[in-house]
Amino acid sequence: MPLANSSKILIVPIHPVDFELVSTLVSPLSKIFNCEVLLDNTNHINLLSTYDSSRAQFNSTKIISILFEKFKNFNGKILGVISVDLFIPVLTYVFGEAQLKGKIAVVSTFRLSEITYGLPENKKLTAERLLKEAVHELGHNFGLLHCENYLCVMHSSTSVEEVDIKTSSFCDKCYEELSRQIFSEFNDHHNGK
Amino acid sequence: MTPKFSILIVDDEFIVRDSLSKWFTQDGYKVGVAENAAQALKLMNEGPWDIIFIDIKMPGMDGLELQKRIKEIDPNAIIIIITAFASVDSAVQALKEGAYDYITKPVDPDYLSHLVKNALKQKKLTDENIKLREHVSELIMGEELIGESPQIKKVIELAKTVAPTNTTVMIRGESGTGKELVARLIHAHSPRRYFPFISVNCGAVPDTLLESELFGHEKGAFTDALYRRKGKFELADGGTIFLDEVGTISLKMQIQLLRVLETKQFTRIGGNEIITSDFRVICATNSDLEQAVKEGKFREDLYYRLNVFTIFIPPLRERRTDIPLIANYYLKKYAAMMHKPISEISPEAMDILIKYDWPGNVRELKNAIERAMVLAKPPMIRAQDLPIQITEEEPENETLEAVEKAHILKILNKTNWNITQSAKILGIDRVTLYNKIEKYNLKRNRVA
Repeated sequence: MPLANSSKILIVPIHPVDFELVSTLVSPLSKIFNCEVLLDNTNHINLLSTYDSSRAQFNSTKIISILFEKFKNFNGKILGVISVDLFIPVLTYVFGEAQLKGKIAVVSTFRLSEITYGLPENKKLTAERLLKEAVHELGHNFGLLHCENYLCVMHSSTSVEEVDIKTSSFCDKCYEELSRQIFSEFNDHHNGK
Repeated sequence: MTPKFSILIVDDEFIVRDSLSKWFTQDGYKVGVAENAAQALKLMNEGPWDIIFIDIKMPGMDGLELQKRIKEIDPNAIIIIITAFASVDSAVQALKEGAYDYITKPVDPDYLSHLVKNALKQKKLTDENIKLREHVSELIMGEELIGESPQIKKVIELAKTVAPTNTTVMIRGESGTGKELVARLIHAHSPRRYFPFISVNCGAVPDTLLESELFGHEKGAFTDALYRRKGKFELADGGTIFLDEVGTISLKMQIQLLRVLETKQFTRIGGNEIITSDFRVICATNSDLEQAVKEGKFREDLYYRLNVFTIFIPPLRERRTDIPLIANYYLKKYAAMMHKPISEISPEAMDILIKYDWPGNVRELKNAIERAMVLAKPPMIRAQDLPIQITEEEPENETLEAVEKAHILKILNKTNWNITQSAKILGIDRVTLYNKIEKYNLKRNRVA
């Protein structure tokens, strides 16, 4: 895969997320995007300013801003992983958010866990869901839009049931687009843009 | 990737515009944002927008007023109202005024996703429906009434005026003047246009068959009635029935016709079931119905029932200025049909067409052009290709002035109103010719 050789992905676990769960992402993400995937373990990020007490949720757009500021010198993509419930102001919740054709993405394990729905914990399932959402948001970072193919990882999912239906892979069309976008990013990087 | 659909977001809160804009951009939509009504109305020029989200509470013009203004610009716009929980009442008001739906902030992403998908599905269906309706209208119209003369313009105006009503229309005119075209024009501009236009030529059907033709029959109603058959009145349900040559109907049929027109109810021949049909009647005749009433050949009550709104179509000879237009219309039509590179009618041929009296009216002119097209050699139709000849009769008991006027007009038409050439042929100077044209009030019949 001629993908993100020139790029890197840094996974940032944000306290109090399950570090072990986050670490399951490293190997598959490295394979999917064909690039170096690093795991940051030195961080403590203060999320107080992102908390909305009236909704008892965290504003994902604000978290993205904090991550952007904190990692402005990092040359690659940043994937924040968090265990709290996320929202954007107009929606009741989101699984994650990403800058389209940008650098930062954030995903939450909160609504991916069976515990949220009153069911017994299933770590394997949560890990599978987390991988899908992580690939999905990073896909947006690489400029991909939502895909109508319900099996493609870029299919928009607004419920865990939909997350379970889709796979963690890109469909042929999205894969082609991803390759094109990464090639263009690579050229921009070398041209100093 | 070309965006599949477009969405306009109108909200004074940046955070709402920003979140929705990002959300829909990732979905692949073309997204536009406006922070107030004025900006939104400006952006309408960059539309059409498939879906427009409008915040109900905005400084200046509010969402309800903006919705009204947008509906004036694009009546098919799908508007989704954005509201806070406290202003649901206003959102309901917006729904009453034509909004597709409303969302309360914050909205469940699953709900929003389905709402947008459904709205777009409806938009697609509406657009498809509009296109189909336009297509149907074109099909219904078929050939059009051609002419620029005040007489034909008046006919078209009357037809369009009476079209939206349910009034029975009587169209009168000589054979070949286009009575059915006027009937189709009325139907095409009426609210019944998406329902059938059923044409019955009463003069062409023997009286015995006309009853079955109009009312239908049950199986076994008569010897050859092997199957049940619906009549024209039944088929015209919701639409228009056009009864051509209504003056030829027998007295017996006139009674039956009157009853159906009064009640809109009838039974098929050999049947008992009462059938109700909602149709509008347009009839046509070229016979003198008033005389027929006087002679007792046409029922007076039926005459008054049919003669509610009358449109007279003048014969072609009374609107000669339309002849070049009609001739050229059929010239183009038949040239395309026959793949012949013939694009004009010679001035001599046109002169003959204009002078001829056309007893068969537009139908005869149409057939004459078709025949000429078969015979003509490119690039034009010439006088010898026409199936008609004008015999130049010596004017009797005419004044010298009348003869002079006719001769000058003839030469002018011959030279296609070339003044220098005409003056030369007539042996007078140009100024004299101009004076004569003014004196006799001569006018050119322009070819379209």
